[in-house]
Amino acid sequence: MKRLIDNIARYVLTVSGFTTSVVILLIIGFLFKEAVGLFNNPIVEDGYVLALNKENDVKRLSAQQIKNIFDEEITNWKEVGGKDMPITVFRLEDLDKHYTEAELGAEYEYAGDKIAEQVHQTPGIVAYVPDVLMKGQKDIHYIENQDIPVKDVLLGNEWFPTATPSPIFGILPLISGTLWVSFFAILIALPFGLAISIYLAEVANEKTRKFLKPIIELLNGIPSVVYGFFGLAVIVPFLQQTFNLPVGESGLAGSLVLAIMALPTIITVGEDAMRSCPRSMREASLALGATQWQTIYKVVIPFSISGITSGIVLGIGRAIGETMAVLMVTGNAAVMPHSILEPLRTIPATIAAELGEAPAGGAHYQSLFLLGVILFFITLIINSCVEIVSSRNKFKK
Amino acid sequence: MAVEIDPSYMKHKKGIQKGMFTCFRILSYFIAAVLFYILGFIIVKGISVINWDFLTQAPTDGMTKGGILPAIVGTFYLMIGSAVFSFPVGVMSGIYMNEYAPKGKMVNFIRTMTNNLAGIPSIVFGLFGMAFFVNYLDFGDSIIAGSLTLGLLALPIVIRTTEEAFKDIPNSYREGSLALGATKAQTIWKVLLPMAMPRIITGLILSLGRVSGETAPILFTCAAYFLPKLPESIFDQCMALPYHLYVIATSGTDIEAQTPIAYGTAFVLIVIVLIMNLLANNIRKYFENKLKSK
Repeated sequence: MKRLIDNIARYVLTVSGFTTSVVILLIIGFLFKEAVGLFNNPIVEDGYVLALNKENDVKRLSAQQIKNIFDEEITNWKEVGGKDMPITVFRLEDLDKHYTEAELGAEYEYAGDKIAEQVHQTPGIVAYVPDVLMKGQKDIHYIENQDIPVKDVLLGNEWFPTATPSPIFGILPLISGTLWVSFFAILIALPFGLAISIYLAEVANEKTRKFLKPIIELLNGIPSVVYGFFGLAVIVPFLQQTFNLPVGESGLAGSLVLAIMALPTIITVGEDAMRSCPRSMREASLALGATQWQTIYKVVIPFSISGITSGIVLGIGRAIGETMAVLMVTGNAAVMPHSILEPLRTIPATIAAELGEAPAGGAHYQSLFLLGVILFFITLIINSCVEIVSSRNKFKK
Repeated sequence: MAVEIDPSYMKHKKGIQKGMFTCFRILSYFIAAVLFYILGFIIVKGISVINWDFLTQAPTDGMTKGGILPAIVGTFYLMIGSAVFSFPVGVMSGIYMNEYAPKGKMVNFIRTMTNNLAGIPSIVFGLFGMAFFVNYLDFGDSIIAGSLTLGLLALPIVIRTTEEAFKDIPNSYREGSLALGATKAQTIWKVLLPMAMPRIITGLILSLGRVSGETAPILFTCAAYFLPKLPESIFDQCMALPYHLYVIATSGTDIEAQTPIAYGTAFVLIVIVLIMNLLANNIRKYFENKLKSK
């Protein structure tokens, strides 16, 4: 009986021991399943076609070209490799301009014929219409609807997930937004983080340490929305006044908030690393006549450099993955940032801001999962870096 | 033979040291001041909003008046829900790593996986929760989906503290128990677990503190913009403090009327985190003293 219980316990514990591994596999599986689906979506929204006059010999258009045509930035077929004729954009709503309700039929039953008529009449037309209406219409030339190309997503520098007829999912602005914000955050946090961890580990007396340490740890526990709220209430107006900006929500505001949030990680890990430096090494250095400061930067810091580095890398990881605070203060403009004082948008903030509006299973929804996959891998790489760096530390001891 | 050291060289070095240390001190106190400013700012602005009605009433007038009771209750439910999931699984996983798993590769593998899970950004948990719990398992936007997502987030914290707590128990306890004829399961249940419990509880409380403040994982799994009623079952949506703060700080009809509510909500959130931290510290100290006095 006892043995049976013992075996059951062993079995149950073994299973739960692998929960985290299973969860990671599930996360990878589910994120990937949705993300890969993005590349099976047609460029033009599902269920719609782009109809051209049969004289027009343009066969393929990229999502970017389609968007520019419908934004009327491209106005001649010549620009997309066709004949020299002006482009006439035609949307379903435009039917009402040309025909009366009676002509279209009570339930739009003649709409298909009328669209075809328009397409035949206008040589330069591009009509964005549902494919069901066009069934059985003759002598119409359609733009080939290819799947969303991987290259356009990974290297595209425009993010317009809700543009019609063809949404654009270039993720570069989001990636560069994330990198800008995190880079400046670490740039701000680094000098403070290093100074404070040296101060706490080497210089401060016990009383000061006991006073500062809990505060810094507490800072780690404060929810990110609270930081975001503080940023919104204090930092954003401050930046707006100082730099005389049209809007205070900017990359810099995000960086400042993230710097404060990354500080506790950098300080705690760095301080622990420096404290693990053996007393004998310090004493040897001091005995040789080195001052305390010389001991710190010639002995303690080189000894604990891998620990300090992992602290910094963990801080970067925290900054890259942070969602709510950044969402609240960076202004969320999904454009390529030119300056840190402009509004920009990070990957996590994009997911948080747009997932609620993206219909489940659609291309937009799937593109957000793709962003999740990218974020997941960035953090995975960061974690591996930390493990490699800290395992080197063990070897050294 | 005595080594001569040039006194001016020493003076110079001491000067550099003094300069550097002063610099460190100033930077440290500057950051401490910033921290106090953040905390003080929210506490001072928030505490004036707090009164009995604020804590016990639902929001009214399009969230420009009234209290935050549904959000407090919702956060409370989510904390309990996540603990119900993460506590048993996390503790068992930690025990497995220490007591059963073959040392070396297996333990390292699980530890790496746990560290990776801990490093995943919370918004990715949110995405996963939405794809898996909400859509695939068809829980819908509900307390249970939110709790499970938050539970995954808390899992690494519980596993780590359990692992460390068990690691620090001297082997003599295990050997003594086994020598008396107890099975391994009995040893764990009757000897090791009671010894490790204080630290496990500390870890659990810290994880609850973290869970109470997370917004991103519940954005798409559970959080409701506004609910006049309290949730009635675990398949209902609920409001939550961090999401409520996000909503009233960034959107809404009447920013001026909402700002005090936002300060009040932020204050309540910070108080919860403070209480959790104090609680965890005190429990740890209490049991440490108790062990010492033995």
